[in-house]
Amino acid sequence: MAEEMQLTNTSANNFEQCLKCSICTVYCPVSAVNTAYPGPKQAGPDGERYRLKDPDFYQETLKLCLNCKRCEVACPSGVRIGDIIQQARMNHFTHRPKLRDVMLANTDFVGSMVTLVAPITNFTLGLKPVKVVMDAALAIDKHRTFPAYSGTKFERWYKKHAAAEQDTFAKHVSYFHGCYVNYNFPKLGQDLVKLMNAVGYGVRLLEKEKCCGVALMSNGLYKQARRQGETNMASMRLAIERGEEVLTTSSTCTFTMRDEYAHLLGIANDDVRAHLTLATRFLYRLIDEGSVQLAFRPDYKRRLAYHTACHMQRMGWAIYSIELLRMIPGLELDVLESQCCGIAGTYGFKKENYATSQAIGESLFQSIADANVEAVVTDCETCKWQIEMSTGVPVENPISVLADALDVEKTKKLNGL
Amino acid sequence: MNKIYSTHYDVIVIGGGATGAGTARDCALRGLKVLLVERNDFTNGATGRNHGLLHSGARYAVTDGESATECIKENMILRRIARHCVEETDGLFITLPEDDLAYQSTFVEACRKAGIRADVLDPAEARRLEPAVNPTLIGAVRVPDASIDPFRLTMANVYDARLHGAHCLTYHEVEGLIINQNRVEGVKLLNKFTGERAEVRGHITINAAGIWGQRIASMAGAKINMFPAKGALLIFGHRVNNMVINRCRKPANADILVPDDAVCVIGTTSDRVPVETVDDMRVTDEEVQVLLTEGEKLAPALATTRILRAYAGVRPLVASDDDPSGRSISRGIVCLDHESRDGIGGFITITGGKMMTYRLMAEEVTNMACRKLGRDVACTTAETPLPGSEPQQEKSIEKTISFASRAAQGRHGALADEIKADRPSDRALVCECEGVSVAEVRYAVEKLHVHNLVNLRRRTRVGMGTCQGKLCACRAASLLGRFEGDPERAKQQLAGFLDERWKGVKPVAWGSTLREAQLTATIYQGLCGIDHAVTRKEGEQ
Repeated sequence: MAEEMQLTNTSANNFEQCLKCSICTVYCPVSAVNTAYPGPKQAGPDGERYRLKDPDFYQETLKLCLNCKRCEVACPSGVRIGDIIQQARMNHFTHRPKLRDVMLANTDFVGSMVTLVAPITNFTLGLKPVKVVMDAALAIDKHRTFPAYSGTKFERWYKKHAAAEQDTFAKHVSYFHGCYVNYNFPKLGQDLVKLMNAVGYGVRLLEKEKCCGVALMSNGLYKQARRQGETNMASMRLAIERGEEVLTTSSTCTFTMRDEYAHLLGIANDDVRAHLTLATRFLYRLIDEGSVQLAFRPDYKRRLAYHTACHMQRMGWAIYSIELLRMIPGLELDVLESQCCGIAGTYGFKKENYATSQAIGESLFQSIADANVEAVVTDCETCKWQIEMSTGVPVENPISVLADALDVEKTKKLNGL
Repeated sequence: MNKIYSTHYDVIVIGGGATGAGTARDCALRGLKVLLVERNDFTNGATGRNHGLLHSGARYAVTDGESATECIKENMILRRIARHCVEETDGLFITLPEDDLAYQSTFVEACRKAGIRADVLDPAEARRLEPAVNPTLIGAVRVPDASIDPFRLTMANVYDARLHGAHCLTYHEVEGLIINQNRVEGVKLLNKFTGERAEVRGHITINAAGIWGQRIASMAGAKINMFPAKGALLIFGHRVNNMVINRCRKPANADILVPDDAVCVIGTTSDRVPVETVDDMRVTDEEVQVLLTEGEKLAPALATTRILRAYAGVRPLVASDDDPSGRSISRGIVCLDHESRDGIGGFITITGGKMMTYRLMAEEVTNMACRKLGRDVACTTAETPLPGSEPQQEKSIEKTISFASRAAQGRHGALADEIKADRPSDRALVCECEGVSVAEVRYAVEKLHVHNLVNLRRRTRVGMGTCQGKLCACRAASLLGRFEGDPERAKQQLAGFLDERWKGVKPVAWGSTLREAQLTATIYQGLCGIDHAVTRKEGEQ
């Protein structure tokens, strides 16, 4: 039989396995608010067939894709629609990125420069006239506030206050902190160290850590992203050889390094992927298998809402963060319907995307307002900026919530320390 | 219609394939009053059921130098006059480890003798030029093969014939010839839509009916021995290759892989079939196996690439007149003057040949017709561009042009400017796989002889994409119903169209293609209840 000759049908990113059911378009947050976007089905598998014939079928409107990957979650045929669109942008968008995009993309470089003069930068970036100038000259939307830069980098804090003590532990994990923790919010890194130390794990930093490259990729700087990715993978291999798992506290960095490195940048990461995980997932699994226990402060009492970031949805890992939070007796947790907040990293900072970005987030903002909570919990830092700006409700990472609720002494005792 | 029936023509051409359409155009360009009649749709026969390959002639260079020379000449002419129907891909003739590399030098020499550019490439260079090619190749020759769209080519000829005063009728079957004192004086037509019958007269009747030409000739009492040779092909869901890939060996089964539009096509097989079966060709399991086995040798990716459908055409091979046994096949173009051959005046048969040489066939037969009519007008079809092939604006200037407009430009060339899409509703997509808009459907209905969904598919590619009509068939049927004001007929059409699509899908229904077909069946049968709607209608009749 002829059919036995073709036991599988495959294609790049499975684009040809699309059955044209169109459910991806139903779940696309951009299609819902911006008719200029052709939608994931046409931008992805449909367009791909014609781009193979003639690259001129590439359309500029593909830039409107957020790369939220909700289309891939919806697809019943395993088509990597988001990857197809990103790949098309990589292959066909040949202009040099604008100055603004280079600045937004280089979170690492800009971060280390700015940290040196953080108070001035924070003050200046917050000034209305500066915002107006950035809006006009760089097309960075004036409604946006840049995340404040911290005066002390996480890495420096770690060396000074934490590094020595980590060696005293019997077991270790490595921590990929990411740009946000390093330059803007070292507290999250400190919370992770507190939490892991309490359950008996020393936290080490990687030999060399570079920005995961997600912002570079979405701004067209692929070569640089690939270089940085290779550096990260090499450092992680060293950690894995020492027998350490590599933990993260940012869903997007994690997703980029686990999935987009291989799919889009062609970085071989098979050996690293299984050892690279979000801290909440690592912790939940330890608790689930009974090897560690957490104890919480009896006086802790808060009402919070959990927001599932798009890449958490794509990885299917929101459940770990949610279940961990639910272990806190004094915490009343409202799990919000999973939907995109609209920021998508640097996307929402661009003036041309501001309206789309806010329209996408509108329904989420409303549900947060209706939830009437003290704070929102999410695993993604850019969701945090968007939600805080758009709703005024503070946003925290689950690791910080856990660290705050933790009874450190009791936890240590439970874990035999 | 009365005016068309009552005109007295210089020439009546029977057959709406590339040859018939090309002949009608040639006659019209030479100022003859011409009628083209087709019993079904344009391109319904062999014209619409081949590779879509613009042969360089290399395939015939070793075995048939004359055909090779004809091919390369016509190849160069078609690139000029039918620019919008041709994609200049070039082709490779590859030698695999199991082939004899010595054949390559024989091949290259024969190509050069026929005037075909043939560059021997290093296998590494061939892999770089065409990454899909079998990486184990030991030799490669680059030749000026290209991809051509036979539907567009034929319609461009029809369109130009009409611009020059020709009358063209589809769904008009020739039921008999008007014969008077050993002269064919016209045709007896049946309008297959209305059932109306008419006798239309002309000085010369040209039989360009392909494999059906044997029957037409017999109506005049002339005997032509035809050998229908079935050729099966497979369409893959997307382009695996961007250059034509051939095997560098004596022509055999399934040794050509052609990139056509958004798909690629492997073929063909070749088997003699009885004349009675030519109206209903079905691809067998064995043919699919041969095509796949051989196809994978050209491009290994075919082993896992989804197959959209299988189809088969019938080559009209003709017995040589000089062979009394009737078994020897005549090569090349056969232009029969039945006056000198059979004593039947006013009747010419043009057959043999290939889609590639349709223009030359048209030129030869029109020359003969002109001689008979005493009209001394030179042929200009080798220089006169077909409508649509005029230069277009540089397409890379704007990237914001929609998918549908760009796809339409690919299909209609410069004529795409006639597609008016002023309102947003005109820009709505009918076929999402192939980017066909409401405006393009309207244009096809108004200008390109569209009476049903199959006609529409051939003019616009509606339903030719990976979903094989799942999303577009319903929308297209609804539009036809609206334009024609007959929703009941549209419903019948929809059912017929889906059956026609399934016929091609069935021989390759596994994997993703089977899943797609099941979803289609669920939507149309389960959700829309099409079987119920259509059966009841038939019952009432």
